[in-house]
Amino acid sequence: MDELKNVLFTKTHEWVKIEGEIAYVGLSDYAQSQMGDIVFINLEEDDYEVGDTIGDVESVKSVSDIYSPFTGTIVEINSVIFDDPGAINRDPYGTWLCKYENVSDKEEFLTLEEYEEIIKE
Amino acid sequence: MVKKTPLYDIHLELNGKMVEYAGYYLPIQYSGIIEEHNIVRNNVGLFDVSHMGQFIIEGKDALKFINLLISNDITNLQVNKIRYSPMLNENGGIIDDLLIYKLDEEEYMLVVNAANKEKDFKWIIDNLIDDVIVYDASDNICQIAIQGPNSEKVMKKLSDKLPERFYSFIEVDINGINVLISRTGYTGEDGFELYFDSNEGINMYKELLKAGKEFEIKPCGLGCRDTLRLEASLPLYGHEMSEEISPLDTGLERFVKFDKDNFIGKDSLKDKNKTRIGLKIVDRGIVREDSEILFEDKQIGITTSGTFLPYLNGAYAMAIVDKEYSKVGNIVECIVRNRKIKAEIISLPFYKR
Repeated sequence: MDELKNVLFTKTHEWVKIEGEIAYVGLSDYAQSQMGDIVFINLEEDDYEVGDTIGDVESVKSVSDIYSPFTGTIVEINSVIFDDPGAINRDPYGTWLCKYENVSDKEEFLTLEEYEEIIKE
Repeated sequence: MVKKTPLYDIHLELNGKMVEYAGYYLPIQYSGIIEEHNIVRNNVGLFDVSHMGQFIIEGKDALKFINLLISNDITNLQVNKIRYSPMLNENGGIIDDLLIYKLDEEEYMLVVNAANKEKDFKWIIDNLIDDVIVYDASDNICQIAIQGPNSEKVMKKLSDKLPERFYSFIEVDINGINVLISRTGYTGEDGFELYFDSNEGINMYKELLKAGKEFEIKPCGLGCRDTLRLEASLPLYGHEMSEEISPLDTGLERFVKFDKDNFIGKDSLKDKNKTRIGLKIVDRGIVREDSEILFEDKQIGITTSGTFLPYLNGAYAMAIVDKEYSKVGNIVECIVRNRKIKAEIISLPFYKR
């Protein structure tokens, strides 16, 4: 799939896409399907380190933490996810959650194939 | 071992997302909780509720025995009518909440929660009196709920006769299957529940889907069963009720008949000045169960259920709190993952058709 070009994954079910100095973070298709209908996102613009909890996702069923894949600054939250959190369910790879700049470190990412192996288990 | 209901195969066929619930494999959702929720509010949905337990109680003293077990009173209950009641332990805590169907003068059916089936049966046997027999018919009965404003139209295609009043039932023949149909449900909408031979489960389910096709009937899962009952502010065992919670603590006092001769738990019932309230979440976020509630920095209670309610399109919760702080309009704070989230006390039910 074209939209998955250059997309990498974390073990905690975030996806990342790095475009030069900017990095986008979203939730994997597997994550959204496990959570079911997403109704709220809590995220704040701030400086974070790899592994920090940057916010949480609330679905009708449950709440899940979102972890920082980078050390850097979240400079923007996608306003779409506040107005229409269901967009994450409908289009998980087209709906980024937040945008990082000043990235100085990152965790070890998985390729799509490696990630698919993990979620199969 | 986890059990399958008579409808297990059709859930898989319909792409139900299966989970384990109260010892059964059941679908949490098919298409999505919000969509299924709104189908029941606006149209009609179909639920597998075969995990519920059905006990038959019969004999000369069946009435006397049931009245000993429950806090409500069924003395004046007529044949073909249903009554709701808590069943209490010696301390006045709730063992379970159940429906009592009066099948005949000396024959009743109790419909109990799946998770409490074994506990309830043991409790009933332990308290059994002479001239009454009890048996568990759960494994032989398939129970389907059809719920929503169009449920009557669907049912009319299958049966000329239907129970007209809420909390009444009749027995009819549908395609050669003997079916007990009651006008009951757990969604806050009009609807019916069907009880029949578990061997006919899949046939009946398919008949209902067929009859409902022109009304765009949809299979619905446990997920929306929970959001629907919460929106209608119906209490759920294990949340608003438990062995430590009495009916007086949780806003169920109208199902406690103190003027009745005697019932188990009666002498222990004390007014602890608690009640069940509704909360509308004012801040962004969701408040779920077990969240502490503060009023002017004083802890006044704890939430028992809460999530995003699809039809009302907002976050709501129910809670048990000290009565003196339960006034509608009070603004409280709920502790959620170390954050304080503001909520307003509003009157129950959140939703009424």
